Amino acid sequence: MAIETLVLGAGQEVGKSCVVVNINGKRIMFDCGMHMGVSDHRRYPNFSLISPTGDFDTALSCIIITHLYCINTLFLRFHYFLIIKISHSLILYSYIFFFGIICDSHLDHLGALVYFTEVCGFHGPIYMTYPTKALAPLMLEDYRKVLVERRGEEEQFNSDHIAECMKKVIAVDLRQTIQVDKDLQIRAYYAGHFTLFEYLTLILKVLGAAMFHAKVGDSEMVYTGDYNMTPDRHLGAAQIDRLRLDLLITESTYGTTIRDSKYAREREFLDAVHKCVSAGGKVLIPTFGLGRAQELCILMDDYWERMNLKVPIYFSAGLTKQANVYYKMLINWTSQKIKDSYPTNNAFDFKNVCKYERSVLDTPGPCVLFASPGMISGGLSLEVFKRWAPFENTLVALPGYCLPGTVGHVLMSKPPKIELDPNTKIDVRCQVHQLAFSPHTDSKGIMDLIKFLSPKHVILVHGEKPKMVSLKEKIHSEMGIPCYHPANNETVSVPSTVYVKAQASDAFMERCLKPNFKLHKCSSQELSIKTLTDKNIVPELQVINEKAVFIVEDKSKKLKVVHNDEVLVMLGEKKTED
Amino acid sequence: MEFTCLSKGRGSHFPPCHILNLGGIKILLDCPLDLSALTPFSPVTTAFYALPSLEEDKVDANNDVGSMAVPAKRQKIENQPDNKTLIFAEPWYKTVMNLHLWNPSFIDVVLISSPMGILGLPFLTQMKGFSAKIYATEVSARLGELVMRDLVSMHKELKQFYGPTETDFPVWLRQEEVEKIPSVLREIILGKDGTELGGLRPLYSEADVNDCVLKIQKLKYAEEVCYNGILVIKAFSSGVEMGSCNWILDSPKGDVGYLSNSSFISSQVAAFDYQSLQGTDTLIYSDFSSLNSTEDVKDEENESVQLADKLPMSSHGLVGLYHNAKEDSEEMEKLAFICSCAIESIKGGGSVFIPINQFGIFLQLLEEVSKAIDASAMKVPIYIISSVAEDLLAYLNIVPEWLSRQRQERLFDGEPLFDHVKLLDDKKIHVLPNIHSEKFWMHSREPCIVFCSHWSLRLGPVVHLLQRWHKDPKSLLILEGGVNPPQLALLPFKPMAMKVLQCHFQPGIGLRRVRSLLETLQPKTLLFPEEFRPHISFPSEKFRSVLYYSEGKTSKVSCKDGFELKIPATPASNFYWNAFKEQEINLARVNGELIIENARYHLLLDNTEKNSNGRTNSVSFRKPELEKLLATFSNFGINASVEHQKMNSESQIQCLIHTADPYKAVIEIGTSSVVITTAGENVASHLYKALDSVLKGN
Repeated sequence: MAIETLVLGAGQEVGKSCVVVNINGKRIMFDCGMHMGVSDHRRYPNFSLISPTGDFDTALSCIIITHLYCINTLFLRFHYFLIIKISHSLILYSYIFFFGIICDSHLDHLGALVYFTEVCGFHGPIYMTYPTKALAPLMLEDYRKVLVERRGEEEQFNSDHIAECMKKVIAVDLRQTIQVDKDLQIRAYYAGHFTLFEYLTLILKVLGAAMFHAKVGDSEMVYTGDYNMTPDRHLGAAQIDRLRLDLLITESTYGTTIRDSKYAREREFLDAVHKCVSAGGKVLIPTFGLGRAQELCILMDDYWERMNLKVPIYFSAGLTKQANVYYKMLINWTSQKIKDSYPTNNAFDFKNVCKYERSVLDTPGPCVLFASPGMISGGLSLEVFKRWAPFENTLVALPGYCLPGTVGHVLMSKPPKIELDPNTKIDVRCQVHQLAFSPHTDSKGIMDLIKFLSPKHVILVHGEKPKMVSLKEKIHSEMGIPCYHPANNETVSVPSTVYVKAQASDAFMERCLKPNFKLHKCSSQELSIKTLTDKNIVPELQVINEKAVFIVEDKSKKLKVVHNDEVLVMLGEKKTED
Repeated sequence: MEFTCLSKGRGSHFPPCHILNLGGIKILLDCPLDLSALTPFSPVTTAFYALPSLEEDKVDANNDVGSMAVPAKRQKIENQPDNKTLIFAEPWYKTVMNLHLWNPSFIDVVLISSPMGILGLPFLTQMKGFSAKIYATEVSARLGELVMRDLVSMHKELKQFYGPTETDFPVWLRQEEVEKIPSVLREIILGKDGTELGGLRPLYSEADVNDCVLKIQKLKYAEEVCYNGILVIKAFSSGVEMGSCNWILDSPKGDVGYLSNSSFISSQVAAFDYQSLQGTDTLIYSDFSSLNSTEDVKDEENESVQLADKLPMSSHGLVGLYHNAKEDSEEMEKLAFICSCAIESIKGGGSVFIPINQFGIFLQLLEEVSKAIDASAMKVPIYIISSVAEDLLAYLNIVPEWLSRQRQERLFDGEPLFDHVKLLDDKKIHVLPNIHSEKFWMHSREPCIVFCSHWSLRLGPVVHLLQRWHKDPKSLLILEGGVNPPQLALLPFKPMAMKVLQCHFQPGIGLRRVRSLLETLQPKTLLFPEEFRPHISFPSEKFRSVLYYSEGKTSKVSCKDGFELKIPATPASNFYWNAFKEQEINLARVNGELIIENARYHLLLDNTEKNSNGRTNSVSFRKPELEKLLATFSNFGINASVEHQKMNSESQIQCLIHTADPYKAVIEIGTSSVVITTAGENVASHLYKALDSVLKGN
């Protein structure tokens, strides 16, 4: 039996995650992402490869969105494993993700979902964790607006489509075993840590991060969305170490940068902000509404508390406010530290954060403003930037990577003037601080995971081809595990384990479960204590009978496992006698 | 498998308690506390200090409970229960008597099915030798913890009042004192024949609670946990209370389902996940709630037929949505009626007191009452007085995964799960840790609505409130649930002038649905309570085996015979099969390791062992003839010499054959085996071939 993996997206490239795995006739789609850099049909995975006739309902058992919700920041990394168990095969799907590399990266995973379900017409179940389900509509709506209103593209789906699509989504809790149908079973796991900012790590560790386990008959498979093997190597290890994986599908984007102190970065950032506000300046932090904004907010709120600062912090994005509501209810998905402090202190009840009003822009005196979108690509953040940039005591703190072509990107080179369009030029006298991007899990992280799980096969997706090739070589040479890196629309087939069932005789079980520790005088160095000691056999023979069992196949092809002694009885008179 | 029912429980606050012995693993199902047994004890308020010397108030019993019908049963002429016959002492708490007959150190696993099933657990965990693994859902554990903390803090008040006791054995438990207690009350605390005395315990401390909570392993619904590799445990929503669950236990000897108190009507909490209980080898039915309700049995037959069609066997999805609109609206009607009574009472200038019992009902009432107040355009403060109220309300708003779909929709719409969050923000609800708050007494002259603990009316803020208001005919007390007649519960507060409204929310499967549900679940063996036998019959064509159990008795259930092993098939194809035509069997000898994983036995074949060992094993059941063997060996180009050995009792080796050229090897020929010992695998297989040809050749 074989496991067939069809890569529809993110094969030897970054973005547009979409992998379809076929085990014993059960087809599961992992992620349904879209490519952000392309605007034609190549943006979506080639769904026709799943079913040329477009009958997706019979072709697919379910869709699982693993990358729960993500953010356009560099720093958040989510961890989840997806274990799929189908018949006897185990597959692990894993992902490490660096959000800085592409913007809007959350759409890598679910961007095409609405298109697939509403436009292409898939009616089967879709699984996400609770935070994903809560936050996905915000993301999708935000994205739709960007596409339609900013880029002026023809809309592929509308708000109603999003709402309809979300109705089909079944929310799952961590560790909950979901019976998709009679054979297929999936389970999401909490899996490990993400780091960089230790402080933030503790906070947003699992909001939306999960590891999935799926099972058809006896086959199991794990899909890990994102994981981290760096220093504190928890990995939810206890949960997955029993698995005998046939296949590991892992993401392979990795940096080579060496990890440096996150505390230093954090401190640097806060110091810069503090210096600016104490000099009476204004701080503009352009950021998207989710994730990164909450992190920075928690960070600053705490700092304000400690330093007893009274400078107001404003939050502009309505999205953020809405998101905070979700965060408050989904506090069980955050770190233990936050959970423990609840209910006396809900980390998402910011004490120093005030609601933004337009009048803030012209109010004199210091303040901190979180404005969307990130990268100053338009909207409020651009408006504020235009207004504040000419002043020397203003600080613009860029918390993430900025795509070329955006104001944020230009700003990083600290030019004296920025030309927005031929008619608009902005004098830039403000200070600029960038929170540096530091990916810290390199190939070692992936290698560690593979070593730990020792699957029978590895498939690499979501990475740049040269890096994939070198990683593949490394896996193959160091661990001797067959490794593949299929391109888009290619299929890889690996064999899966099959178990046969056999009846064990009572005598056999008795001897196995109640080991006889009686030691016979025996010189053989091979004698080990935990043997199926047989008193009737001389010491030398005892060694041979260690662990030895007979498998009997009768005429109806049924297997039976019996003990040594029983074989002789079974064969009756045929037994050799003196 | 052995099943022992320790207690069939009394209503939702005191769930049943059983012990299950599954293949040698002893599993305790729930560990509850019967708090209704507090009734014979006197509550403590300042007004009671002088109470024993009070003159007897002769008040007509009918006035006491307002419109309540049916006076309490008074069988004997002896002591009438009144407020002076109550026990004035620090109360002891009634645990499951039969549980104390078991050695706690022999219990391997404890499963907690509901927040109420946890209350007796600290008694168990502090016992010497107790080392069982405790499993409960996250929410059950947390809510149970809150209830226990509340209990301990309310009990503290009594402790302070009575002071330290001189002996461990309280005076009131002496024979002569016990006899003074009116029989109605005595029965409550000591059971019908007084045998339940042994189950009484002084309350645990806060430290015991903390200790107990730490020992619980918390689960999610449908999470699989494995106990010792041999037992896979899963919890599924039962639809009664937040976190309450039914269990599936999977062992190599078959799976067992445990159906605790469950309900199809769950407007608040996650729906009853009955599909997951389908097709178990054994199903233990343990929902006793239906017995208390009086349903028309005639109705039952018709309904069950209809229902069988209605129960959907959904192919996918978490739970099938079975919803009875009629019953749902009945519940809503009840709530609406309570609200209208409350509003009426407020309008009349009286206050309303609602002791908190079930959390789901409490939250619903809170929402409905506040809505009704808004609708009536009155400004009435709502107080929630409990030491754990703040934690409780905060906690309930962060458990969306455990709630019904309607509630979850609120999460996805970005609204708080329950209205109380908003009401708290708007200062419409005031949460107070205790009654002594200035804020409360300042405003309590005006009509207000108070939710408080404890429903037994013997502990907590409710005692003080009733003491203060029981003579106010305008005020209203809403009693929800409870198993003892309200006359007994209200005994200390006589004469009662305030109105009392008693309502019943008895979540359960309902007698009329039990059969159709069980038909849907299709267990191979059904364990059913003896008490239900007169009410429900099981047609033998649909139920292969039904066993009736009763309290205190052990029933034996037969298990699957034999053991099933799983063997990885890839190496299995390399078996060296020896065919035995006469017996029509094939035989292969393998080396492997037997492991137990996720309640299944696996035989992991060990291929490497053989190679490193330099020995080859095979099977044949003829004794090779030496001469023939030597001849064959020389045909194969092997020089061999025979060394005969003496036969003795210890050794079964008959002779040894040494080969020196071309390989060095020793072949031992025994009565029932031949062993080839060489330096390498190739040599061994070569020799083996030679040997095999001799054996086959015969």
